[in-house]
Amino acid sequence: MIREVFKKPTKWKVMRGLILKEIDELIYGSMGIVIFVSFFIGGVVTIQTALNLNSPLIPKNLIGFAARQSVILEFAPTFTSIIMAGKVGSFITSSIGSMRVTEQIDALEVMGINSLNYLVFPKIIALLMYPFVIAIAMYLGIFGGFLAGVFGGFSTAADFIEGVRIDFVPFHVAYAFIKTMFFAFIIATVPSFHGYYMKGGALEVGKASTTSFVWTAVVIITTNYILTQLLLG
Amino acid sequence: MIEVENIHKSFGDNKVLKGISTSFEKGKTSLIIGQSGSGKTVFLKCLLGLFNLDAGNILYDQDNYANLTLKKKRKLREKMGMVFQGSALFDSMDVADNVRFPLDMFTKQTDEEKKERVHSVLKRVNIVNAESKFPSEISGGMQKRVAIARAIVMNPKYLFCDEPNSGLDPKTAILIDNLIQEITDEYQMTTVINTHDMNSVMEIGEKIVFLKEGLKAWEGTKEDVFKTDNEAVTDFVYSSELFKKVRKMYVEGKN
Repeated sequence: MIREVFKKPTKWKVMRGLILKEIDELIYGSMGIVIFVSFFIGGVVTIQTALNLNSPLIPKNLIGFAARQSVILEFAPTFTSIIMAGKVGSFITSSIGSMRVTEQIDALEVMGINSLNYLVFPKIIALLMYPFVIAIAMYLGIFGGFLAGVFGGFSTAADFIEGVRIDFVPFHVAYAFIKTMFFAFIIATVPSFHGYYMKGGALEVGKASTTSFVWTAVVIITTNYILTQLLLG
Repeated sequence: MIEVENIHKSFGDNKVLKGISTSFEKGKTSLIIGQSGSGKTVFLKCLLGLFNLDAGNILYDQDNYANLTLKKKRKLREKMGMVFQGSALFDSMDVADNVRFPLDMFTKQTDEEKKERVHSVLKRVNIVNAESKFPSEISGGMQKRVAIARAIVMNPKYLFCDEPNSGLDPKTAILIDNLIQEITDEYQMTTVINTHDMNSVMEIGEKIVFLKEGLKAWEGTKEDVFKTDNEAVTDFVYSSELFKKVRKMYVEGKN
């Protein structure tokens, strides 16, 4: 399937419009849920870390440090990707699946159009913007943690900021963005595969969406493990 | 002209087409009829190149489809128009954009030229004041007409229709039939239609191919349908009381 996606490209003038439409639907349309989830997850991570640090020997800046590490390394890239697999992935599967059921994909093929390129390629390109979503998720996660830590009375603003800045390893951000690029490709292709090759009617479109979410999540988690071992292990 | 030579197609152990040979002439409307499960849709999809054949050949104006390169196959498909059973209009586009789609994909026309062409084709299929409506906002009959407009917008050499009358009332069905026949004459296309509709057979069947259990059981013209003694054809075509009476009247009138 992947080889076919990159074969016989659709006219650039048409493709440009498709890419912009996908950026709007897949990236811009997901910002709300990503902002909401990352902000509160950052807050929850901070509160739980703070509640587990009872010893007076442990410095209070560890709360900020733990929030930063958790958000940058895992919560922003991986947790957000699982959410995107549900939101964007099921949308991709159901929209392509509906096109399959209603013979719209056959119509493209009959016209001599490479339907895989027409349908999947713009999604892959649109999801190249995905690291920007994750950057926002990182920022808001840490900001949510800061607000929960300071206004919840678990840490002072100075301690939290010191924790966020202490022992910062720039490669951890690079590692998170490398993961993100892999996850973006998975989110674009696995649901497309399940939608494109589905058979049956409306009920099967629903089933394909569920199956696609499960497989996208499985592939993301497995890839996460492999990349972590390769890049940080 | 399309020539079909002894084509076979199976899905697993299920042999759907078991050696069909026929031909479809330019400027004529040919109908493929047969009961559900007789292989009509598979036959049409083989003609469109959506299914690979197990054996046999399909020649489009002497070019054997199987021997063409992928690039030439796609070029050939640009010369095909298809009206799907469910119309297969793109949900995300309005009527004008649906019809304009092949022009955007395959021509270098200016916006103005495309607009003009879309307008003239929509006018040809009697769609007025619906250019900015989405497929979900128009009736089934209008969807079929828009699908016909999209199929002919590039002046195709070959037009294929899968059950163009399904789900339509008899009056609209006749309008669609007549429209397809007029367009076939006008554009001198090779038109092949899959149908269950006996009104279509009587109205526009310049050539009729009857399929039964994956084989060609009979072929002829709409006039031949009245005269044939082929039991499979008469059982199928004259299954309704109305058509039995029509045939009786025709035969008695001839005598």
